[in-house]
Amino acid sequence: MTAPESPAAVEAPDLAPARSSAHGAEPSRPVPVADRPSPGDHVFKWALTGAALAIPTLLLFLLYELSTGSRLAIDKFGLRFLVDSVWDPVADKFGAYPLIFGTLLSSFLALLIAVPLSLGVAIYLTEFAPRALRQPVAFVIELLAAIPSVVYGLWGVFVLMPVLKKVVFPLLRGALGFLPFFSGPIYGPSMLAASIILAIMVMPFIMAVSREVLLAVPGNQREASLALGATRWEAVWTTILPYARSGIMGAVVLGLGRALGETMAVTMLIGNRHEIAASLFAPGYTMAAVIANEFSEAATDMHFSALTYVALALFVVTVLVNAGARLLIWRVARGSGVGSKAL
Amino acid sequence: MVEVTPRIRTENLSAVYGKFTAVRNVSLGFTSNQVHALIGPSGCGKSTFLRTLNRMHELSEGGWISGKVLLDGEDIYAPQVSAMKLRRRVGMVFQRPTPFPTMSIFDNVAAGLRVNGHRSAGNIREIVERSLRQSALWDEVKDRLRDSAMALSGGQQQRLCIARTIAPAPEVVLLDEPTASLDPQGTQRVEELLFELKKDFTIVIVTHNMQQAARVSDSTSFFYLGRMVETGPTRQMFTTPQQEQTEAYITGRFG
Amino acid sequence: MNFDRRKLRRIRSNFMVGLMIGCVVLAILPLLLILGSLIVRGAGSLSVAFFTRPPVPAGETGGGVVHAIVGTLMIVGAASLIGIPLGIGAGIFCAEYPHHRVSWISRFVADVMNGTPSIVVGVFAWTWIVARQKHFSGLAGSAALAMLMVPMVMRTTEEMIKLVPNSLREAALALGYPRWRTSLSVIVRTSLPGIVTGSLLAVARVAGETAPLLFTALGSQYLSFNVNQPMAALPLAVFTYATGPYEEWHRNAWATALVLIMVVLVLSVVARLATRRRFELNG
Repeated sequence: MTAPESPAAVEAPDLAPARSSAHGAEPSRPVPVADRPSPGDHVFKWALTGAALAIPTLLLFLLYELSTGSRLAIDKFGLRFLVDSVWDPVADKFGAYPLIFGTLLSSFLALLIAVPLSLGVAIYLTEFAPRALRQPVAFVIELLAAIPSVVYGLWGVFVLMPVLKKVVFPLLRGALGFLPFFSGPIYGPSMLAASIILAIMVMPFIMAVSREVLLAVPGNQREASLALGATRWEAVWTTILPYARSGIMGAVVLGLGRALGETMAVTMLIGNRHEIAASLFAPGYTMAAVIANEFSEAATDMHFSALTYVALALFVVTVLVNAGARLLIWRVARGSGVGSKAL
Repeated sequence: MVEVTPRIRTENLSAVYGKFTAVRNVSLGFTSNQVHALIGPSGCGKSTFLRTLNRMHELSEGGWISGKVLLDGEDIYAPQVSAMKLRRRVGMVFQRPTPFPTMSIFDNVAAGLRVNGHRSAGNIREIVERSLRQSALWDEVKDRLRDSAMALSGGQQQRLCIARTIAPAPEVVLLDEPTASLDPQGTQRVEELLFELKKDFTIVIVTHNMQQAARVSDSTSFFYLGRMVETGPTRQMFTTPQQEQTEAYITGRFG
Repeated sequence: MNFDRRKLRRIRSNFMVGLMIGCVVLAILPLLLILGSLIVRGAGSLSVAFFTRPPVPAGETGGGVVHAIVGTLMIVGAASLIGIPLGIGAGIFCAEYPHHRVSWISRFVADVMNGTPSIVVGVFAWTWIVARQKHFSGLAGSAALAMLMVPMVMRTTEEMIKLVPNSLREAALALGYPRWRTSLSVIVRTSLPGIVTGSLLAVARVAGETAPLLFTALGSQYLSFNVNQPMAALPLAVFTYATGPYEEWHRNAWATALVLIMVVLVLSVVARLATRRRFELNG
């Protein structure tokens, strides 16, 4: 049913005949409307664009500097750098394998300890804790994340390590000494000590991100499960966790990314030796720690270049790990910004 | 029937969102000093139509138009027209009250003035008071003009938004379901306002509440599926509608 | 029989909950221990002198960390002067033009930067500034910290702005506000408390960073106001004292760490309180 063209109460004045307003006039095709921006708009947009472009520019610059800085070492050692074990600044021979090994091992051990604890806390906070407890505990976790690395290191050196050295390690050696991991002399500074402090440092992040992931899970699944008679734990185990699985994986991988780059506390507790040992009581080294330790005292260009090479490798690894983490989290939370706060 | 030139009118206006045509070929005019109501079921295009009148439609994703909208005879979509300046002549009040949360009551009403270049403080004070009186809010807020606008009730906030809209003296005032989120008292206050406001402005109001249209408007247009089905003096529309669809809607058979 | 199974399931559920509570205790324990140690071992050394005097030669007593306090204020201050405006500007851009190509790139890069170890940023600042200038400087340290701050501030700013309902923007535009003024006077102004919080939190974060300063600002034993030279900073001082050979230094490490923690925690708590109150006002 076509509409009458002229409204009854109003008479449109006669228009130029070219534009017929009679019935059957074909409406022209709709076109995008462009508004004229005011001069202030131009300035505004360009100023902000400049600010926004600063970040990618800086990143490119960082890549450039790291690449040119490590050029010397890359030319001389190539990829063998990543598998050689000799690190001798005097002879200008550098091999980063112990560093890479130490980084991976310390991070892995840290996650081994931190993940179950963090998950336990996260699940408890989102599913079981009484309302009143949730905010305070979450607040405490934020506080933990705010403590600077060097303070963890300080506490680790003077409080944790003596306890480990005098009590915990001997106990472990006594109970599990038949395993190569828990044999050997106990010095104090060790792979295990560093891993423990790393675990404590990484926990708040895994907790925070896991919590966000769990909160992003729609509640109806849990309710349906409870309605069917499941216990509260079963409801969580069978419905929430599977749904959030990839998100939690993402939280773990984010924690890994954090652990890989931790510097200060690690260098204060790991012993700083370019060695690979089977025993966890032995000292070790990580990529971040070697840079922290040797950079300000390096003398030769090759030494600097080797350390820059290590920095480049560390950068690449952390970027890849974090990208993987984000992908996993995105699958649960669909890019709602989950996890960005934890960074 | 008096022949009057409409203040603002459309000619074969169609409005789309990307591929979806929300308004089809509507030619409709609104005379000064009258309240014109647009009614119709949800999704009939009345709000979209309204938003083409002050060039808010183009702010939506894929918001394009064809046809003309003429304010005092000038095409508001002509390339040299600044939409921003146009919106100072055609104001809009939205469904949910949106006072600026960081501004006081006074500053909210003055916002449109300051942006228009009014600088003299005395002038601004005068206009703010006048607008608040016209919006029947003055007595309730005159002692706390510096308080945050968020301290007002929902109905008061909406009247504040109306004051804010009329302060810069636009020629046309558009209202998009202005009482939808208010309680009956607040609704009544706003409706009473419209009787006063039409003395100074051309008013176009979209409402999903037919009784409201019957109460407040001088002319009513019925929209359905993007087309303007029928328009006419309110009394006539509600007692003797010409079109079948109009009658069906008015008698509550659908929508 | 059914009865037993249900009972078993309930026991298991309670057991798991108990386990989780144990996790919570274990997780909170380090915080309590660390704060406790800081207070017990560090509070004793705090005195007016500690805050106002520079360090004394190794082996002597007395002296303080005013050099590190001044250093931190200057280095972090300079970093904030650059980092916060850049970060807020970038954040506003990404919130106002979310589908623009630059926004996608910026967001992606910011996330990459946020995950980068701070020591790598330190190396970058070293090659960029220190290697070229052939000397260490507080400014190089500021550059490194600024680079850490920008992506942090950018992301929090963007998130805060996105919380502002679109209806507010429409109301401003309908009044005839130009686009830029809508963004600034209405949108940004409304989200300002949140933006401030995000910026303060970023400041708190970088104030505690040691790694990027190790070979840029380098640290120093002297009070200095010259950013073009090596400069002390609180976290650097903690590290130097903690890893040094003297008992006195170890005591200083605890006291300095306590000062550092107080600065960081106060900043963090104040930042969050600011937002909490405002949200109640906004309703």
